[in-house]
Amino acid sequence: MGNTATERINTSTEPLPNSKRMASRLWRWRKHASWFQVTLIVFLTAIGLFMLLPIIFLFNNAFKPLNELFLFPPTIWVKEPTMRNFERLFLHSAAGVVPFTRYLFNSVIVVALTLFSVIMASTMAGYVLAKHRFHFKTLIMSLIMLSLMFAPETVSIPRYIMVSGLGMTNTYFAHVLPFIASPVAVFLMKQFIDQVPDALIEAAKLDGAGDMYIFTRIIIPLIAPAVATISIITFQAVYLDMEGSTLYTQKETMKTLAYYVSSLTANLQNSVAGQSIAAACALLMFIPNLIMFLLFQRKMIQTMLHSGVK
Amino acid sequence: MKQSNTELNTDGGTLPGGIAIRPTPGKPAAPRALRRLRQFASECWRDRMSYLFLAPFLLAFSCFVLIPVFMAALLSVTTFNGFAFPKFIGVNNFIALLTQDIIFMKYTLPNTFKFAIIVGPGGYILSFIFAWLIHQLPKGLRDYFTLALYAPSMAGGVALSVIWISTFSGDRVGYLNNILLNFGIIESPQLWLQDPKYLMTIMIIVTLWSSMGVGFLAMLGGLQTVNTELYEAGRIDGIKNRLQEVYYITIPSMKPQMLFSAVMAIVGTLKAGLISKQLTGLPITPGYSGHLITNHIDDYAFLRYEWGYASAVSVVLLLISFLIMRFCYRLFAAKEGE
Repeated sequence: MGNTATERINTSTEPLPNSKRMASRLWRWRKHASWFQVTLIVFLTAIGLFMLLPIIFLFNNAFKPLNELFLFPPTIWVKEPTMRNFERLFLHSAAGVVPFTRYLFNSVIVVALTLFSVIMASTMAGYVLAKHRFHFKTLIMSLIMLSLMFAPETVSIPRYIMVSGLGMTNTYFAHVLPFIASPVAVFLMKQFIDQVPDALIEAAKLDGAGDMYIFTRIIIPLIAPAVATISIITFQAVYLDMEGSTLYTQKETMKTLAYYVSSLTANLQNSVAGQSIAAACALLMFIPNLIMFLLFQRKMIQTMLHSGVK
Repeated sequence: MKQSNTELNTDGGTLPGGIAIRPTPGKPAAPRALRRLRQFASECWRDRMSYLFLAPFLLAFSCFVLIPVFMAALLSVTTFNGFAFPKFIGVNNFIALLTQDIIFMKYTLPNTFKFAIIVGPGGYILSFIFAWLIHQLPKGLRDYFTLALYAPSMAGGVALSVIWISTFSGDRVGYLNNILLNFGIIESPQLWLQDPKYLMTIMIIVTLWSSMGVGFLAMLGGLQTVNTELYEAGRIDGIKNRLQEVYYITIPSMKPQMLFSAVMAIVGTLKAGLISKQLTGLPITPGYSGHLITNHIDDYAFLRYEWGYASAVSVVLLLISFLIMRFCYRLFAAKEGE
C-alpha cells in the first residue's frame, strides 16, 4: 500500500509517470475495464505524450550546457544537467543598466496587485449581479456577455490613448488596472455565486446582516473554487503580458519580467549565445503557471461546471 | 432615512408614488415625469450598495473596454497619426480597405480566413473530442490527462518561441529537420519558419497545440453536469452506440458550456493572431505568408502610425467576431421550455 502512495506522489509531480509502474497499475485495473477503455487509454497516452513532448523538451533544455544545445544529432534528454544557464541569466542582467531583480520585483508587485484587485473587483461585481436586483442590471449583464469575446489586442490604440490620457504611463496602474476589466472573471464569478442558495442570504438578512457582512462572511468563504480559477486565468494573463511593458511604459525600470526575457530572446532565430539564456527564461516563464494550475486543477474544473452561457 | 431604506428594500421596487398621482389628473405631465425621476433616483439611492460593489469593475470596464471600443469606432472615420488632431474623413478608410489595400485583400483576408476556420472550429471540435474521451476514463486517471492537454496552453510568449523555434529550426540541428532527414523524407534541411510555403501550416499546428485552454476545461466541467440517468433512459429509448449518445444526450445537455467554450474559442483565435511574430521574430512575415488581421492592425498602428486606418481595420475585426458570436448563440441557444 505504501508503494501506491509513493506512486501517486511520483505521478502528480511529474506528469510523465514511470511507465513500468503505470503499466502494472493499468494491468490491475484492466480486470474490470472494457476493451474500449483500454484502447482509449493507450490512445490518450499517446496524444498526451505528444502534447507534453515540447514541455519535456523545455525542462531539459533549460539545464543543458551550451555544447549540448547545439549537439548533432539533437537530443531531448539532458546528459549533464547544469545550472549555468540560470547563472548566465542573472549575471547577464547584472551587467545591464537595470538589474534583473528590478524586473523580477516589478513582476511580483504587478502580479500580486493584479490578482488581489481582480479577485476583489470580480467577486464584488459577481455577487451584486447574481443576488441583487437593481436598475441597469440587464444592461450591464448584456454588456458583459457581449464583451466575453473581447480581445484587448483588437483595440490597442484606443487603450493606449486611454492609459496615457489618464496619466498612468510609467506607473504600476498601467500594468494593473486594464486587467480589472475582465468580463470572463466577472462572468465566472457571477455564475458561481448563482449557486449559493438564496435562503442562506435571506436568513442572514433577517438576522440583520448588511451587504458587507453577507459578502465577507457568507459569499467569500463559499466561492473558493471560483477564486482559484480566476487566479489561474488572471495569473497566466498578467505574468505573460507584454502590452503593459511595451505600450504603456517607456521607463526601463517600470517594465516587467515578461518584457525583459522577450527582449533577451529577441532574434532567437539568429543568435547562438542567446539560446542558453532563452532556455532558462522559457522555463522561468512557464513554471509559475504550471504550479498555479497544479495547485488548483480540481477547483478549476469545479468552477467550470457553472460556466455555461444560458 | 435608514428606516425608510430598509422598508423599501423589503418590498423590492413597487411604486409607492403611483397612487398619489391619480387624484390630480388635470395636471400636466411635467410633475409626473419629475415624480418618476425622483422615484427612479430614490430607487438608485436604495440600491447604492449594489452600485458601490459594481463600481471598481464598471470603472475599469468602461475605461479599458467600452470607451476604447467607442474610440476605435470614432477614430475609424478619421485620419490620425497620433500627434496631430484627428481629421474627419467619413467612410474613406473603409472604402480604402475594400478597394485599395492590396495586401489586405491578397494576403490578410485569405490567411485569416484559413487560419480562423481551422483553428477556431477545428480547435473547438478537438477540445470537445478530447474532453469527451477523458471523461470516459475512470476518475483517478482524468487529472493526468487533463494536465497533459492543458499544459501547452500555459506555454505562452518566450516558452512558446523557445520550444517551436528549436523544433522548426532551419539547420540540421532542428528537431523536425533531423527526424525528416533521418527518415529520408527530405534531402536537405528546410527553412521551415522562413519559407512562405510552410509558415501558415506551422502557425496552425502550434496554435492547435496550445488551444486546449479554458474552453477545454469548461467542456470537461460541462460533461460532469450531464445527468447520468439520461444515458440509461436513452438506452431504453433505443440509443445504440456512444456516438448517438453524444449527439442526442451529451451535447444537448451541456449546451451552455458548449456556448461558453465557443466564445472562448473565438477569443483564443483572435489572440492567436500574433503567433507569427513569436515564431519568426518579424512583425511582417516573409512574403506576408502568416499575415493575419491582427498583424495588419499592428502594422498600420505601430509601424506606419496610421491610427485612423488601423482603427477601421479593428472595427471590421470586432464586427466579424461579433457576428460569429451571434451565430454561436443561435447554434447553442437553449430551446424554449428548457
